[in-house]
Amino acid sequence: MTAGKTLTPAGRRRTLGRVVGFLVLCFGAFLFVFPFYYMVVGALQAEPDSGISGAFPSPGDLSLTNFQSINERVPLFRALFNSVVYTGGVILGTLIIGVLAGYALSQLRWRGRSLVLNLVLLTLIIPFQLLMIPMYVLIVRGWGLGDSYLGMILPFLVNSTAVFIFRQFFMQLPEDMLDAARIDGAGELRILARIVLPLSRPAILTAALITFIGPWNEFLWPFLVTKKAELQPLAVALANYISAVAASTANPFGAILSGAVVLALPPVVLFIIFQRYFVESETSASLKE
Amino acid sequence: MTGAARYIGYLFILPYLIFLGLFLAFPLGFAVWMSFYDYFFAAPSAQVERPFLGLGNYSELLLKDDTFHTALGNILVFIAVNVPLTVVLALVLAAALNAKLPGQAFFRTSYYLPYVTASVAVVAVWGYLFFSDGLVNLVLGGLAPHPSWLVNEFWAMIVIAMLVTWKQLGYYVLLYLAALQNVPRQLYEAADVDGAGTLGKFWNVTVPGLRPVTLLVVILSTIIGANLFTEPYLLTNGGGPVDQTLSPILYMYQVGIEQADAGYAAAIGVTMSVIVLGIAAAQRFVLERE
Repeated sequence: MTAGKTLTPAGRRRTLGRVVGFLVLCFGAFLFVFPFYYMVVGALQAEPDSGISGAFPSPGDLSLTNFQSINERVPLFRALFNSVVYTGGVILGTLIIGVLAGYALSQLRWRGRSLVLNLVLLTLIIPFQLLMIPMYVLIVRGWGLGDSYLGMILPFLVNSTAVFIFRQFFMQLPEDMLDAARIDGAGELRILARIVLPLSRPAILTAALITFIGPWNEFLWPFLVTKKAELQPLAVALANYISAVAASTANPFGAILSGAVVLALPPVVLFIIFQRYFVESETSASLKE
Repeated sequence: MTGAARYIGYLFILPYLIFLGLFLAFPLGFAVWMSFYDYFFAAPSAQVERPFLGLGNYSELLLKDDTFHTALGNILVFIAVNVPLTVVLALVLAAALNAKLPGQAFFRTSYYLPYVTASVAVVAVWGYLFFSDGLVNLVLGGLAPHPSWLVNEFWAMIVIAMLVTWKQLGYYVLLYLAALQNVPRQLYEAADVDGAGTLGKFWNVTVPGLRPVTLLVVILSTIIGANLFTEPYLLTNGGGPVDQTLSPILYMYQVGIEQADAGYAAAIGVTMSVIVLGIAAAQRFVLERE
C-alpha cells in the first residue's frame, strides 16, 4: 500500500480485513508453536522453572542433563529401537499389502471389485476403540502374542488409507504402457515390480509418511500388548513414566519434557521436510469419500 | 485374457482381505457376540463357564451403571466444547490463510505441527503448562481457578477438550482450505457488486459454501471425541478429579482389561458405537436439511 494514496471506503475495508486476518494468523501461530518451544526450553533446563522467566532462560542455564536422567529411568535407546521396529514393521507390511490391493483395485478387472472398493471406504469409519477388547482377547489371550512386536504390528496392517493412496495413483498411470507390456507377455506381478513401482516413488513416500505417524504416536494398543519394559515403544515407556512419577517426584517435568522432545522430534522433522506429501494426500483422501 | 489372468486380481487383493477379515470383521462380530455373555478372562488352561446373559450386560449398563452414565455425561461436555470450537477456529484460520497474506506457508505448517505429534508428548507439555504452579496460572495470577485446572471438577474436562481441539485443528484447517478453493469465484464477485464487506462475504458466501466440509468436520471430530482415551488417562490421572474426566473408552479399558470383564466392556464398545453413529446420522440430517 503506497502512502498518500487515497482509498475508496471499500478499499479501506479490504485493507482492514487483511490486517485483521494477518493478526489472527499470527495469534494462531503463537498458540500453536509456543507449547513446542516451551517443551524444548523446559527439557533443556536442569530444574525447569515454570515461571514466566523460565520461558526465556539465558543460554548459560541450558543443559542436557534431563536427557541423561530420562535415559536412566526409561531405557531411552531401547524404547527408540522398539518404536523403530514397530513402526518399520507396520510401514513395510502396509506398503506390501497396500500396493497389491491398490493395483488390484485400479489396473486389474475382476468380479466384485467395486464391492471391495466400497468395503475399503467403509473400514475408514470403524473406530479402533470398538475393536480394542476383542482384539486384545484374540491377539494377546488367544494367540499369545503379548509382549511381541508381531502383536503390536498386526492390527495396524489393515490400512485403507494406504490402499486408497495407491489406487488413486495407479489410476493415473498411462494405460497404453501397461497394455504394451501385457502384449509382450509380461505377468502382472512383473509389470507391477518393473514398470509400476519405479514410477510410483511419490505415492510410496506419501503412504510411508502417513503410515509412519500412526504407530510412532500410538499409545493405547502397544500399551495393552506390552507389559515388559524391554519391549515398550517410546510413547508407552514415556507414558508409564509420566503416570508413575506424577505423584511421587518433586519436579519431574525436566525428564518428562526431554522424553517428549525425543518422541515428538521424528514426526515433526519428517513433516517439515516432506510437507507436500503429507498434506495433499490427507486432504484429498478425505474429501473424496 | 487367459484363464490365469482372470483370477490374478483376487490374488492381489487377497492379503488385504485376509487382514480385513482377521483384524476388522472378526473382532467386530466377536465384540457383539461377547457382549451377550459373561465373558471374563481366566488362566489360559482353565476351563470356565461363560454363561449367556442375553441383554443382561446392556440393561446393567444402561439402567444401573452410574459410572457409565457419568462417563457419558463427561463426553457430552467434551463434545459440546470441542466440536463448536473446532468448527469456528478451523473456519476462521482457513479463511485467513486463504487471503494469500505474507507468511502463509509458515502459518500452515505451524497449525499442522500438533497433528503429527504424539498425544503422549502433547500431554507432557500441557501438563507442565496447566499444573498448579504452571505458566498458565502464573500469567493469570488472581484469575486462576481454585483448585487448579486439572484437579478442578469443572475445568479439567474443558482443558482436555481444548487440548484435543488444539491437537486436531490443523487437519481441519487444511480440509477447509482445500474446500475454499472450490467456492465459486463468481459468488464473491456478485457479493462485491452488492457492496458486501469482508465480513459479509465470509458470512454469506464462504460459510454456506463450506457446508459439506463443515458436516465432515463435525462428524469426524465427534467420532474422535467419543474415542477419547490417552488424554484423561495421562493428564488427569485416569479420569480424575472424582471421575469428571472419565471417558467411556477409559471406563471400557478399566472394566475390560483391569477388571478382566471383557463381555461387559464389549457391551460398552457396542453401545458407544451405536450412540456415535446415531449422533453422526443426526448431525448429517440437521446440517444437510437446509
